[in-house]
Amino acid sequence: MIIVRNLWKRYGKLQVLKGLELDVNDGETVVILGRSGVGKSVLLRQLIGIEKPDDGYVEVNGIRVTHINLNANVEVMRHMGMLFQSSALFDSMPIGDNVSFYLKQHYPKLSPEEVKERVSHALDLVGLAGTEEKMPSDLSGGMRKRAALARVIVYRPSLILYDEPTTGLDPITAMQINELINKTKKELNATSIVVTHDMRSALEVGDRLAFHHEGKILHIAPKDEFLKIDDPLLHAFFKNASVSMSEGLTNG
Amino acid sequence: MAIASWTLQTLGSLGDYCMMIFQVLWISIRRPPQWRLIRDQMYEIGVLSLPVVAITGFSTGMVLAAQSFFQLSDKGLASATGLMVTKAMMVELGPVLTAFMVTGRVGAAMCAELGTMRVTEQIDAMRSMAVDPLRYLVAPRFIAGTIVLPLLTVFSCIMGVAGGYLIAVDYYNMPSNSFLDPLPLHITTFDFISGIVKAFIFGIIIITISCYRGMTTRGGAAGVGRATTNSVVICYSVILISNFLITIGLNNSHEFIVQLLDYWF
Repeated sequence: MIIVRNLWKRYGKLQVLKGLELDVNDGETVVILGRSGVGKSVLLRQLIGIEKPDDGYVEVNGIRVTHINLNANVEVMRHMGMLFQSSALFDSMPIGDNVSFYLKQHYPKLSPEEVKERVSHALDLVGLAGTEEKMPSDLSGGMRKRAALARVIVYRPSLILYDEPTTGLDPITAMQINELINKTKKELNATSIVVTHDMRSALEVGDRLAFHHEGKILHIAPKDEFLKIDDPLLHAFFKNASVSMSEGLTNG
Repeated sequence: MAIASWTLQTLGSLGDYCMMIFQVLWISIRRPPQWRLIRDQMYEIGVLSLPVVAITGFSTGMVLAAQSFFQLSDKGLASATGLMVTKAMMVELGPVLTAFMVTGRVGAAMCAELGTMRVTEQIDAMRSMAVDPLRYLVAPRFIAGTIVLPLLTVFSCIMGVAGGYLIAVDYYNMPSNSFLDPLPLHITTFDFISGIVKAFIFGIIIITISCYRGMTTRGGAAGVGRATTNSVVICYSVILISNFLITIGLNNSHEFIVQLLDYWF
């Protein structure tokens, strides 16, 4: 269970989060929708503890992750993983080393054979078997996202955060990533929070959808009910999203 | 208003920089990084810098010898050529030129690498996996830099003296013993310690400034370029200023250091 209460975050003069509140149940996928620049990625960074909020807290499975030094608490972080918008693969390392990075850092006693086996399994799960020796620059955008997902699922976290997982991908690759998100959830029984402005992706992966506007979650509901919410802001968002969807369909 | 804002920002950055040095020192002592990471950095900073340090040291030694001999021979002081070259290389030119070469070759690359990692979210990815970037990325560079810089400086001095010897003896036909004999009499342990202390401090300056600028880079590819240029300029300036301060400090403490050395050895 993830509980976010009264979260505030400011960068210079820009107040990004303004008392944001959110509850996410175990095993569900919540998709956070919203226009670019409203602070969706900022929220994920607070959730995983990369940044500390100015006020408020995030509680993951009963532990306030905003109030502990996460570098010192590997055990808490072991349950969390994040897929970054830019994939954020370590570009000086081959894919195999990228995927095994966590295991080598935190489980030095694992035998090389065991590490190799877990890396192969994770890469197999994302459809990238046999790419261990390739460098990130040798892979396409979609493959890099999948490799980055393998780097997360190799340590089997129970909470996975996805930052714009389909942004910049063609519709078919985006669909593959959506399928992969669903497959990962099923395989790990993980709770997922997906930040996106891609409506199609939201409908494919989300159990509940949330609308982030001006630093707060304005609406949150199961996806069928969410589509029926009568709010001009949401209608404007849907309208733009459906234009991009139809453009995507035409281009695809 | 703009000056006040700039001053506040600069003081804030200085505070963050000092905090980073303390954190890296603390990590290096309490939870040192893996030996493999330190070894890789020692190779990168040390072994790969040998050619450029050799060329710099050797050519500087040659120029020093040529100028010393040319300027001193008509005053009957040509025999001081070897001593001048060696003293200058050991206490001033060796440490400073080596630090300049390492700043240009290693510091800039280090800042650009960390800056790129920062703007492409690789450092955030590391944090999200509970790996401290200061321990994984900065501490190995810090430890390697502070060990390797004094060694590179010694190498640079040896190359400088060799270059000076070559010019004085082979080009100006100065007797070999005139070049070498004054050295054991006038080159002291204090001179050696001066050079090593400077190199050690320059190592700390280069690595921490380059890493700090890299770790705080913002603004995409252009930001990486700006941070790299900025870090090199700051390193050069701080090396020159600190060289003066260390020289004054060491010279004023000469008696104390000599007594200390006598007590130890």
